Amino acid sequence: MSKKLLGALVCFAMIACLVSAAPAATKVSDGVVKIGVLTDMSGTYSDLAGPGSLLAVQMAVEDFIKKEKPDFKIQVISADHQNKGDIAANKAREWIDTEKVDMIVDLVTTSTALAVMKVAKEKDRITLVSGAASTPITNEQCTDTNIHWTYDTYALAAGTGTAVVKQGGKTWFFLTVDYAFGKALEKDTTDAVLANGGKVLGRVLHPFPAQDFSSFLLQAQSSGAQVIGLANAGNDTINSIKQAGEFGITPKQKLAGLLMFISDVHSLGLKATQGMYLTTGFYWDLNNETRAWSKRFFEKKKRMPTMVQAGDYSAVYHYLKAVKAAGTDDTKTVMAKMKATPVNDFFAKNGKIRDDGRMVHDMYLAEVKKPEESKYPWDYYHIRQVIPGDQAFMPLSQSKCPLVKK
Amino acid sequence: MSEVFGITIQGLLGQLLVGLINGSFYAILSLGLAIIFGLMNIINFAHGAQYMMGAFLAWIGMTYLGVNYWWALLLSPLGAGAVGILIERGMLRRLYKLDHLYGLLLTFGLALIIEGLFRYKFGISGESYPVPDLLTGGKNLGFMFFPIYRAWVVVASLVLCFVTWYVIERTKLGSYLRAGTENPQLLQAFGINVPLMITLTYGYGVALAAFAGVLAAPIFNVNPVMGSNLIIVVFAVVVVGGMGSVMGSIVTGIGLGLIEGIVKSGMIANGLGYLFDSVPVANSLVYPVKLLFSPEASAVTIFVIMAVVLLVRPAGLFGRER
Repeated sequence: MSKKLLGALVCFAMIACLVSAAPAATKVSDGVVKIGVLTDMSGTYSDLAGPGSLLAVQMAVEDFIKKEKPDFKIQVISADHQNKGDIAANKAREWIDTEKVDMIVDLVTTSTALAVMKVAKEKDRITLVSGAASTPITNEQCTDTNIHWTYDTYALAAGTGTAVVKQGGKTWFFLTVDYAFGKALEKDTTDAVLANGGKVLGRVLHPFPAQDFSSFLLQAQSSGAQVIGLANAGNDTINSIKQAGEFGITPKQKLAGLLMFISDVHSLGLKATQGMYLTTGFYWDLNNETRAWSKRFFEKKKRMPTMVQAGDYSAVYHYLKAVKAAGTDDTKTVMAKMKATPVNDFFAKNGKIRDDGRMVHDMYLAEVKKPEESKYPWDYYHIRQVIPGDQAFMPLSQSKCPLVKK
Repeated sequence: MSEVFGITIQGLLGQLLVGLINGSFYAILSLGLAIIFGLMNIINFAHGAQYMMGAFLAWIGMTYLGVNYWWALLLSPLGAGAVGILIERGMLRRLYKLDHLYGLLLTFGLALIIEGLFRYKFGISGESYPVPDLLTGGKNLGFMFFPIYRAWVVVASLVLCFVTWYVIERTKLGSYLRAGTENPQLLQAFGINVPLMITLTYGYGVALAAFAGVLAAPIFNVNPVMGSNLIIVVFAVVVVGGMGSVMGSIVTGIGLGLIEGIVKSGMIANGLGYLFDSVPVANSLVYPVKLLFSPEASAVTIFVIMAVVLLVRPAGLFGRER
């Protein structure tokens, strides 16, 4: 009897020894971590996200495999959501049900982001929003399976609005695109302007999309406001700026582009954009780390990355690290791991993910350079101010997200 | 300052002038469409893509070959016209015996392909084309700052519209063209090369679109979707003017541009407000009209007018019922 017991004990000890000697294998569902890049591949936002976002995600996966040598397989797939919420939701459902996608990233345009977040929550999968901007993503419609990575309308409005008022632009007139995003951006900026002692003289709404802005610009001109706030995006912003120069509005009145990407500045050229203030979550020429990464991106894409694309890389890398550290791709465990680990890479220093899903990191207030100040290709911004994360984003005390404990 | 319905006279004049500028774009684009439809019975859905092609050819010429604006104004329509001739010879020609719908489908498909190719090559944000040195700056008219380039756009398109109208309605060549639409067989019997005439007509229509594209390049951002944003409005102009009517498309183009200007100034919406606000019942009845003619709905105005015109005169303002 005691011999048998001894044998069993020895056996047990040997097995325990073997188990602890072998590295704990990561338990990955379906044998692979599958990442879906859902973005605008061909429409208005395909330059600021689109194929460049897919490239950034692929770079993140390659770098992760090279540096961290994971014991699980990683696969990336992508699709075009055409900026339509229903298409995005259907694609997400298909991906999760039949392709076994574990995480969906990018999600440019608010309507698509909100639709996919809902599907992912229902199916218990992770979404990492880098492209979309509206604050409801981490407020009224927040989910515990989502992280909003790169920027939002609150940060843009507070950054640019505050800076321009402090520079002496006290009176404002808004040129606002007539849908939810434009109105949200206008409202957030109005709050920032009023809080800093500025005044709003009026606004005009324009249809989406529009080509000719001269009528609206004339109204903005006759308002006599010092600053014309452009609460629109993409080609609408580009055309507004171009035509404002033509009608002699600038440089007498100042334009404030409330959502501008480096791709917009590149398209317009410095002559038309010089002196404009904008808020951004990333600039390729900030420091050696950002330059090194961006130059690798440039090699492949022949364009410098936008903040959305850099944010995609950072989000995916952080996610994969969390999967490795947690030893599983289970949604709840990975989300907890991601929130518990600070984000430290070329994109963010000491970034923190809050309960509402907001990734809090420093934002940058940039002024567009004059043509003669630009020394090499894509040398476009003076960084005028680093806005610390806790000031850049909406404080949790104002949050309307039910996940936030007050 | 004197005011009409809460809009200053200065403001209104400014908006009318802007309306005139947009109207000249509508006129020159709808003219090309009207010629192609009038003489060939083809609904040319690729017109917007051809307009975009004109703008891009100008940009490509400037960036890679150093071709300046004035040469682009000549060469870009020629280049686009040549592409148009190839399209007519290679594809459209095979469809003349079929229903209109096939021509529409073919040109719509072509528009998607051309746009897709440009989007693939140049991306969606587009490129910037500078205003030529001779036409930079502007004049202060008292009520507004009027850019010289825009004045040039109005003059250039009106002149071209007039010349085209004159050729078609008042010259011998024009009489052949018109005869070709009425009875091509008979005209051919007189020894006129009708197929060649049709080919050149399509080429000219495309060249007009490309010319408008070059005119637009310094004003709008040159991007692959610039044509598809405009083409639907231009179709509405052609329908209001009367499909195929040359004079109709010119007059309607400018007229609708002016009306759009007034709507964008907010005068109509304000005016209805002044007149009816004190009468609650009438006010609620007028409310939808007020909404349709408010500045943010200015993109819809032309289509409302189109619907009304089609109800009253199905052949359009200047069209003849066949």
